[in-house]
Amino acid sequence: MKAYLLKRLVQIIPTLLGITFITFLIIQLAPGNPAALKLQMSAQGQMSDRTMSQQIIEETKKLYGLDKPLPIQYLLWVKRVFTFDFGTSYKDHRKVWDKIAERLPITIQLNVISIFLVYLIAIPCGIYSATRSETLTDRLLTLLFFFLYSLPSFWVAVLLIMLFGGGDFWDVLPVYGISSIGAEAWPFVPWLLDRTWHLVLPITCLTYGGFAYLSRLTRANMLEVVREDYIRTARAKGLSERLVIMKHAFRNALLPLVTLLAFLLPAMFGGSVIIESIFSIPGMGQLGFEAVLSRDYPVIMAITTISALLTLAGLLFSDILYAVLDPRIKLE
Amino acid sequence: MEMTGKAPATTPRSYWQMVWHHFKKKRMALAGLWISLLFFLIATAAPLLANGRPLLLGHNGHWFWPVFSGADGIGPYTWKDLKKHAPFVYQSNIQGRGDFAIWPPVPYSPTEYNLLESLAAPTGQHWLGTDDSGRDVLSRMIYGSRISLSVGFVAVGIALVIGILLGALAGYFGRWIDHLISRIIEILLTIPTFFLVIAIIAFLPPSIYNIMVVIGLTGWTGVARFVRAEFLKLKQLDFVMASRALGASHARIIFLHMLPNAMAPVLVSAVFGIAGAILTESSLSFLGFGVPPPTPSWGDILSQSRDYIEFAWWLTVFPGFAIFLSITAYNLVGEGLRDAMDPKLFQ
Repeated sequence: MKAYLLKRLVQIIPTLLGITFITFLIIQLAPGNPAALKLQMSAQGQMSDRTMSQQIIEETKKLYGLDKPLPIQYLLWVKRVFTFDFGTSYKDHRKVWDKIAERLPITIQLNVISIFLVYLIAIPCGIYSATRSETLTDRLLTLLFFFLYSLPSFWVAVLLIMLFGGGDFWDVLPVYGISSIGAEAWPFVPWLLDRTWHLVLPITCLTYGGFAYLSRLTRANMLEVVREDYIRTARAKGLSERLVIMKHAFRNALLPLVTLLAFLLPAMFGGSVIIESIFSIPGMGQLGFEAVLSRDYPVIMAITTISALLTLAGLLFSDILYAVLDPRIKLE
Repeated sequence: MEMTGKAPATTPRSYWQMVWHHFKKKRMALAGLWISLLFFLIATAAPLLANGRPLLLGHNGHWFWPVFSGADGIGPYTWKDLKKHAPFVYQSNIQGRGDFAIWPPVPYSPTEYNLLESLAAPTGQHWLGTDDSGRDVLSRMIYGSRISLSVGFVAVGIALVIGILLGALAGYFGRWIDHLISRIIEILLTIPTFFLVIAIIAFLPPSIYNIMVVIGLTGWTGVARFVRAEFLKLKQLDFVMASRALGASHARIIFLHMLPNAMAPVLVSAVFGIAGAILTESSLSFLGFGVPPPTPSWGDILSQSRDYIEFAWWLTVFPGFAIFLSITAYNLVGEGLRDAMDPKLFQ
C-alpha cells in the first residue's frame, strides 16, 4: 500500500507541472503581453481608459515577472502556485486568496449536497431499472434518464425561474441568492428552512444531469454484473433475489461509480459557473464568471489552478479508494 | 441499405452493413438520425425557409429571384413595402398590377427588426413570437441552427484530427510517447474545461472561428483515449505484424492498416462530441461569449429571454427546445451506433 501510494504521488508531479504550464499559457494571453493587449483595446471600449490599462500592464508585469525571459517566468509562476500566492484582484485590490476562501465554502456546500443527492437517488433508480430490465418501467425510466441527460442545465434553470419564480406562472420559490436578506441573524431552524428554500432550484439544476448519468451507468453496470457466473452461482445455491442483487451484484457494480466521483468534480464546477451566475449565488462559479467578464486575470488563474488541483486530489483519492475496495487490483 | 431493407432474411455481409442492420432496429436511434438530418436540411436551406425577400417575384411578365440577388427591391417595390401588399405566401395580382409574389414560409430575415412589434407573443404572423427588437424568433432560430451545427461539426473535426493523431501515436509507439500523451490527457481532464473555454474565448476577439477552435482544442481527449485503447489492442494482431514484416512504413501501418479498424469507437465519440460541442456553444452564447451580434444563435435568444422572463415564455421555450432536441438527436444516434457496434451483438 505504501509503495502504491508513493508511486501514485510521484506520478502526479508531471501532471501538476502540466497544470501550471497550461495556466501559464493563459497568462501569456493576458494584458502585459503586447499582442493580446492590442486585441483587448480594439475589441472592447470599456478598457480604453489609458491610464487604467497602463496601470494594469505595470501591475501584471510586476506580478508575473513578465519582463524576465519565459523560462524564468514559468518557474516564478510555479513557485507562486505552490505557495498559493495568487496576487491581488484587479477589481477591488483584495487578495485573491481571501476572495476565494470567502466563496469556496458556498460552492462546496452546493456541490456536496448535489453529489450526495445524485448518488442517493441515482443508485436505487439504476438498480430498480436494471432488475426490471426490458419491462415497460425500465424502458420509461431509461427514456427519462436519457432526456434528463440531454437537457441543457441553463435552459432548465431559465424554465424553472419562469415557472416558479413569480412571473406569469407561480411565485413559490426564490430565484435570487442563497438566503433572504438578514437571514444570518435568524434562529437556526428558520435560517435552515430559508436556506433550503433558496437552494431548491439551483440544486435541482445542478443535480438532475449527474443523476441521469449515474442512473444510466448504474443500470449498465448492474446488467453487466448480473450476467457474471458468480451471480448464477449465488442464485443456484438458493439465495433470495434480494440478497443476490444487493450483496453480490450491487457491490461489484458500485466500483466503477466510485471512480466517477473525481470526474464529476470538474463537470460540477463548469455547471456552477452557469448555475451560480443565473441564480446570483455568491460562490466560486460566479466569482469565476465575474472575473472573466472583468478580465480579472489573477482571479481566473487562481480559480483554474485551484479547481484543477482539487480535481487532481479527487482523482488520486478515487484511485486509492478503488484499490482499497477492489481486492483484484494489485497494489504495487 | 436497400438490400437489408428488402430482404431482412439475408444476413448482412460487410461490417458497416451489420452495424446498419442493428442500428435501424432501434426506433429511438433512427428517430435521432432523422431529426439530425432534418436540422441539417433546415440549416442548409435556411435562406429559402426564412427570408425578408420573396422567393419569386413576377413583375411585368418577368420572373425575379430576389432571394438570390442582393437588391433591396425591384421596379416599384421595396421588399418591406411588398410584404404589406402581399402578406401571404403566394399573392397574385398585387395592387391590381398583375404581378405575383411567392414568399418563403417565414417571410422575415433574422436581422430585420420592427420595434412596433417587439416582444410579441406567437401569432399567425410571427409563429414563434418576436424578441425585444421585434425580430422574428423563428427566423432567428432557423439561422441559429447554422451556427450550432457548424460549430458542432467543425469543432468535432478539429478534435478528431488531434485525438486520432495523438491517440494513434500513443497506442502505436507506446513507451515514453504514450506516457507523455497520457499525461497531457490527464492534465486536460483535471482542468475545468468549460471554465477554461470561457476564459480563453473572453480573451480572444469575438468570432465563430475562435469558438470552433477552442472547443475543438479542448475536446479531443475522449477520442484520443479510445483510439489509444484500440491501437494497443490492434498492434498485437497478426496483420499489423505482417505489414511490418513486409516493410510498410509506420505511417502506412497506422493510417492505412490500423486506423480503419479503430474507426468504430471514433465514430461513436465523434457523434457524442457533436452533441457536446452544440451544448458548449449554446452555453457560451447564453453567457454572452458566443458569436458576435447580430448573428442569431439559439443560446443568444435564450439569454435575451432572461430580461423578460416574467412574461416572454416564447423566448425561453422555443430556442431551448431546439438546443435540447439537437443534443438529444445526436446523443440518440451516438447511443444507437455504440450499441450497434457492440461486438457482443454480432453473434
